[in-house]
Amino acid sequence: MLQFTEEHQMFRQTVRDVVQKEIDPYAEDWERTGDFPAHDLFRRFGELGLLGLEYDERWGGGGADHVYTMIMGEEVGRCASLGVAMALSVQTDMATPSLHLYGSDELREKYLVPAVRGEMVTSIAVSEPDAGSDVAGLRTRAVRDGDEWVINGAKMWITNGTQADWICLLCRTSDEGGYRGMSQIVVPTDTPGFEVSRKLDKLGMRASDTAELVFTDMRVPVSNTIGEVGRGFQQQMTQFQNERMIAAYQMVGATELALERTVQYLKERQAFGAPLLANQSLQYELADLAADLDMMRHHNWAAVAKYERGEDITREATVAKLKAARLARRMADTAVQFHGGMGYVEENWPARFFRDTRLWSIGGGADEVMLRTLARMNGIIGD
Amino acid sequence: MNVVVCVKQIPDPADPGALDPSTKTLKRDGKLILDESDSYGVEMALQLVDAAGGGEVTLVSMAPNSEVGGLRTALAMGAAKAVLVSDDALKGSDALGTSKVLAKAIERAGAADLILTATESSDGYTGTVPEMVAELMGLPSVTFAKSITIDGGAAKVQRQTEAGYDDVECPLPAVVSVTAGVVEPRYPSFKGIMAAKSKPVDEVTVADLGIDAGAVGWAGGGQEIVEVAEAEAREAGTIVEDDGEGFQKVVDYLSELKVI
Ligand SMILES: Cc1cc2nc3c(=O)[nH]c(=O)nc-3n(C[C@H](O)[C@H](O)[C@H](O)COP(=O)(O)OP(=O)(O)OC[C@H]3O[C@@H](n4cnc5c(N)ncnc54)[C@H](O)[C@@H]3O)c2cc1C
Ligand SMILES: Cc1cc2nc3c(=O)[nH]c(=O)nc-3n(C[C@H](O)[C@H](O)[C@H](O)COP(=O)(O)OP(=O)(O)OC[C@H]3O[C@@H](n4cnc5c(N)ncnc54)[C@H](O)[C@@H]3O)c2cc1C
Repeated sequence: MLQFTEEHQMFRQTVRDVVQKEIDPYAEDWERTGDFPAHDLFRRFGELGLLGLEYDERWGGGGADHVYTMIMGEEVGRCASLGVAMALSVQTDMATPSLHLYGSDELREKYLVPAVRGEMVTSIAVSEPDAGSDVAGLRTRAVRDGDEWVINGAKMWITNGTQADWICLLCRTSDEGGYRGMSQIVVPTDTPGFEVSRKLDKLGMRASDTAELVFTDMRVPVSNTIGEVGRGFQQQMTQFQNERMIAAYQMVGATELALERTVQYLKERQAFGAPLLANQSLQYELADLAADLDMMRHHNWAAVAKYERGEDITREATVAKLKAARLARRMADTAVQFHGGMGYVEENWPARFFRDTRLWSIGGGADEVMLRTLARMNGIIGD
Repeated sequence: MNVVVCVKQIPDPADPGALDPSTKTLKRDGKLILDESDSYGVEMALQLVDAAGGGEVTLVSMAPNSEVGGLRTALAMGAAKAVLVSDDALKGSDALGTSKVLAKAIERAGAADLILTATESSDGYTGTVPEMVAELMGLPSVTFAKSITIDGGAAKVQRQTEAGYDDVECPLPAVVSVTAGVVEPRYPSFKGIMAAKSKPVDEVTVADLGIDAGAVGWAGGGQEIVEVAEAEAREAGTIVEDDGEGFQKVVDYLSELKVI
């Protein structure tokens, strides 16, 4: 069982207040315009020490335990725009963990410190137009020329892509093919040859900008390589664990709030001479969701404890990502249904929640990719 | 520049409070939090110390059960230390009793250039403690401050009035009550929260402050709560059915109230 300290609780309150004051009042606007001021918002979060919770103090981090990351994920998941929540988690748990773990001191000084302060916005660039689930199929290539990489290719679906100051790029640095010969490289977005070719118009997560990027003869120093040349795929697999866990933490917060709000609505909405919530069928469906939410939360706690012990959490992260996304989607479907017409119109939260939660069964590795991993772990494979 | 801020720790207003039928007072046995009204005083104190380029903010609180929840929040915002008065003898203290205790606790906190309070607390809201503390300490009292600047040995205060504000000046040290909402209280940062854990809280009893237990609590109370009654339930509003002329009824009603 996780033990929450007084500091953990106070921290939860801080994040909740920050979300309610710095994000929620602007969420409508940002959803409408299709982006949000990442630099302003991240700087605000950075000032409060929220962008590098677990990172070493040497790089501006807080040296916190992983429970703080979970709390932050849950609370950010309660914000009125899951798109902004996703953008924040790219900065904290998807684009920077590899740099913190494997980067050289010079690289961390130059790119991690400003990211932790919120002065630089970051992206993680793995997916490509022709390689999403199958990361081994990616084609973007860096060819060495003296002390420089010359990079050509394209990346697709890149969150924060139109606003990023640097991207954590996964690309090929040799001809070995498959999972071999890939590297992670920090690419500043003001590098000549870097182009945002398209901003994507999405079903949901509309406040978060998602870009297609094209690279033409882009030159960056070889010293921008994170960790070892050729170990990029393995390093990215580690970084994916953080990505999957933060998604699961956010979905717990998101589901929790949606459940609270749905119960509240059904208490107030009258039909057939009583509040709608007087119907047992509705009560039981919500109670069942509450039960699933409990199980999800406890699974996450177990993962956090294991992570804190320094053990591998591939399995836990895979289960968490799969189940949390599905739970949030079920919650969203229920919220729309139980709000009736009110759930189907843009002016009320369930409509947006429905669209936004849909993402997490695709982004960060589709449900089927999680199942593929689990099937293999459990020996559920036919020849 | 050293500033003492009186901060009250109160039951969470989000959880509806309850009265204890035997003592007819608010139940305070649950977890207490920082009264939001006092977060403005804390913020102002931090800004003043910052502007002065040195010194520190010390908190003073009187609360049951050695409660430090609210103090930790203010320490996480940046206050340096706290004096907490907690003693069973304080049960039933009225505003005067509280003021006697706070006055002594402020002295214990060390030489202060300025003492800040809120204009009134969120739970008791008699709005009398600041003035009584000033009187007991023999200090000038300025109320309803919307801004404070320090100029040598004097405080220049904009004192909120219905029409606007008065410019008031008084020598330091002084007790100034701060109006809610006049500054934006900072969020406790992650580092602030971690640091708060190790900041000193000097917990004292009534005896430690040299106060006679008979002068405070139920014993010293100059008041008695004779009876508590339910507030009258709000009457249901009038529902205007719109038959196409509904607006007329609304207009008539508003004119009756002389609103339009
Ligand atoms: C809003 C948004 C933001 C994103 N942000 C980023 C980002 O910041 N950085 C980044 O690198 N990527 C990002 N992505 C990309 C995301 O990770 C991919 O979309 C995801 O991995 C799926 O890849 P794909 O879209 O190419 O789908 P495909 O690989 O074409 O798969 C399509 C579908 O096929 C099914 N499928 C796939 N593999 C299997 C299998 N083995 N067995 C059975 N079924 C299978 C699944 O249902 C899957 O959804 C983002 C995507 C979206 C939509
Ligand atoms: C019947 C009764 C029983 C009580 N029992 C207890 C008890 O068991 N234990 C106990 O500790 N107190 C007890 N109190 C004290 C009470 O909670 C208040 O502190 C006191 O009555 C001040 O009244 P107020 O909140 O209306 O102050 P106001 O005059 O409205 O307060 C103005 C400002 O003064 C400061 N201030 C006021 N009270 C405090 C405080 N306690 N600590 C720090 N700053 C303060 C704050 O800045 C506050 O915003 C009791 C009071 C009553 C009337």
